[in-house]
Amino acid sequence: MSRRLAYDGVVAAMPVTVPYARYSTHAAHWWLGRALAALIRESGIAKADIDGVCVSSFTLGPDTAVGLMQHLGMSPRWLDHIPMGGASGVVALRRAARAVQAGDAEVIACIAGDTNHVDSFRHTVSQFSRFAQDAVYPYGAGGPNASFALLTDHYMRQYGATREDFGKLCVAQRDNALRNPHALMRKPLTLAQYLDARPITDPIHLFDCVMPCAGAEGFLVMTEERARALKLPGVRIRSTIERHNAYPDDPIQFRGGWAMDRDALYEHAGVSPADVDFIETYDDYPVINMLQFEDLGFCAKGEAPAFVREHGFTIDGSFPFNTSGGQLSVGQAGAAGGYLGLVQALRQLTNAAGAMQVADARIGLVSGFGMINYDRGLCSGAALLERGTA
Amino acid sequence: MTDAAPKPKRKNPVARTRLPTLPPASRSRAALGLARAAAEGRFEMQACADCGAVQYPPREVCGSCLSERLDWREVANGGALIATTTLRHSNDAYFRERLPWRVGTVKMDAGPSAVAHVHEDCQEASRVRLALKLDRSGQAVLHALPAEDTPNMNDSPQLRETHCDPKHRRVLVTDGRSTLGRAMVKASLDAGAATVFVGDPATWKADAGFDAFVASDPRIEPVALDVTDTDSVDRLAASIGAKVEILINTADHLRDGGVMHARDVGLARDAFDVNVLGLMRLAQAFGPTMCFRAADGTHGAVAWVNLLSIHALAALPARGAWSASKAAALSAALTLRAEFGGAGIRVMNVFPGPIDDEWEQLTPPPKLAPSAVAAAVVRGLRDGVEDLYVGDVAEELRARLRDNHKAVERELGG
Ligand SMILES: [Zn+2]
Repeated sequence: MSRRLAYDGVVAAMPVTVPYARYSTHAAHWWLGRALAALIRESGIAKADIDGVCVSSFTLGPDTAVGLMQHLGMSPRWLDHIPMGGASGVVALRRAARAVQAGDAEVIACIAGDTNHVDSFRHTVSQFSRFAQDAVYPYGAGGPNASFALLTDHYMRQYGATREDFGKLCVAQRDNALRNPHALMRKPLTLAQYLDARPITDPIHLFDCVMPCAGAEGFLVMTEERARALKLPGVRIRSTIERHNAYPDDPIQFRGGWAMDRDALYEHAGVSPADVDFIETYDDYPVINMLQFEDLGFCAKGEAPAFVREHGFTIDGSFPFNTSGGQLSVGQAGAAGGYLGLVQALRQLTNAAGAMQVADARIGLVSGFGMINYDRGLCSGAALLERGTA
Repeated sequence: MTDAAPKPKRKNPVARTRLPTLPPASRSRAALGLARAAAEGRFEMQACADCGAVQYPPREVCGSCLSERLDWREVANGGALIATTTLRHSNDAYFRERLPWRVGTVKMDAGPSAVAHVHEDCQEASRVRLALKLDRSGQAVLHALPAEDTPNMNDSPQLRETHCDPKHRRVLVTDGRSTLGRAMVKASLDAGAATVFVGDPATWKADAGFDAFVASDPRIEPVALDVTDTDSVDRLAASIGAKVEILINTADHLRDGGVMHARDVGLARDAFDVNVLGLMRLAQAFGPTMCFRAADGTHGAVAWVNLLSIHALAALPARGAWSASKAAALSAALTLRAEFGGAGIRVMNVFPGPIDDEWEQLTPPPKLAPSAVAAAVVRGLRDGVEDLYVGDVAEELRARLRDNHKAVERELGG
């Protein structure tokens, strides 16, 4: 296999969040437009100097990134639309980084956002994909809760994970969210409350579910030089991976594409899991965190429950994890949920995390997971990021 | 073990009748291949003609070798139940009214993993059988059933949603004087029907045999019904329309005679009056009330059965006028199926071969015993199918039609 090029000379910068709302009467365009405006305002860059845009959204229809450019009055020479749900942030980053490296664009705005009307979640779920329409939605219309309940049920029986294990992660995330002004869930959560919550779709209970909401996230990708000129602290990209439809012959999902590409990820970066100072996973349900701990090399397959029992997952714990509170406590703003971990990692590595700051964070791991097309999540991605020198 | 379905309680007359809702009905065209199989009670999936891989969910090209030659075939229906969940929340109104609802993942022996409705008697991590059933929206869905039958298994609320079981329901057999009509009444009673209304088209004509039959079971209620008389149909609907949960139209007018050499169209008019206009009169009088009552309690209106003939599909020139009436009845029945669709009421069309009754005296065997046809209809209602071919003659003629319908024209004409 030919050696991949390093991401030399390119950085990610300027993490922005448009504060989430449970419901919104605005369209996705409003949320995405606000994210772009925040990137421009806070970076001090001219609107016309952004010559590349990358967009992710579930509720932008009937528009795509193309229509959005006219809506926002942008004339980019590079445009991408990434419909990969929870993997969108990592994939946007790696696409944009290569485009900047190759000179196809100089400054790329990566934005993800969605609105949430009272009925839009049902609409998104019922129309999610052809396989879901044909072979999942007619079976109780449970949406992602049902799909993840099946994976969770299988994982618990196969590997002995307990509700207490999932609860420990959820409680730690809520603890982290209490320091996050953007989190929708700002009340402390105890393990007892977690365990006593009502069942939604066994074994998924209330606090295993994310709250759908409206919101947007964004960041910029540019050359290190340009960032320096703009006086923006940049974050280096040590390595990234993505994979789609991994292990199609597994009868049910107990691992994601990370397991296929993990060795390449660390080898390309020249680091090991022990070097990682914090991790931002895609946490639409707690079981997926366990898959990521295993598949990204922090413990062996099936050992995540033991790993969870050993470690602390708060910002100052032994394994700082989902330091924003994650989607489980911040809320799931559609495709922006796929940016949440990456944007938070950029904050950690540019000293912009405020009360959420992990002390001395130098290397962060961000991982994404998305698109239950039928019975499993199809897209996985991960990025190893490093604090820049500027 | 499934609890036996209790008899429905008496309805509170001032309570609001629950309006019918339907499960999600959108499907890709490829997925409708499942409906074709389920409509006749078969278990089929796509299999690749080149590499043999069984596909699920249905695809346009083979997920293994990309061949476009995907054939619908009967495939092994066994599998292992590798994950289950009980939904206590749903995004869809139909399911919300029926929670909790159990679903699971089945690793099929045939290859793919399938999400399915899961019967309450299926144990976690056990062997199961998959069945394709039509749900209330008329679309095919997979049901995971215990590997071996369990007591009262068909009484599970989930299966009852796909079945049209006569048990505890009130049935109207439109013509109870014919041999087939009586067999149909008896089979319905044997299946546990609460009441069978028996249509009598000729109350003015004494028939001691019929009177004795009617007296043979307290659940039989004879009613005057002449399907050629709109007033008669309307009168009956006004009196019992809100009690009919399954309507079985057995009225028929079978006579010999072709088209060109008939003296006039009198015979054809009579056949159409019973078989086509009769069906329409019944539909207009009983259909709307049945639709309204489709979700009325645990035993609401569920099914409309048309006793057609395999000759609805292939004209028998010796009975050309009658064949034409059966073909027209089939066409009307398809419209009726579309019209009942919104309420989730199943229209089951029955295509028997020749039946051994007074009108088929000269037809050579094999002929179907009326009781065999009636038993097949009850089985079809219990299985929830919508097209039912009964007997060897019907099955064979259907296979011949699929093989070469032009050959069938020539064979039946000879
Ligand atoms: Zn193939």
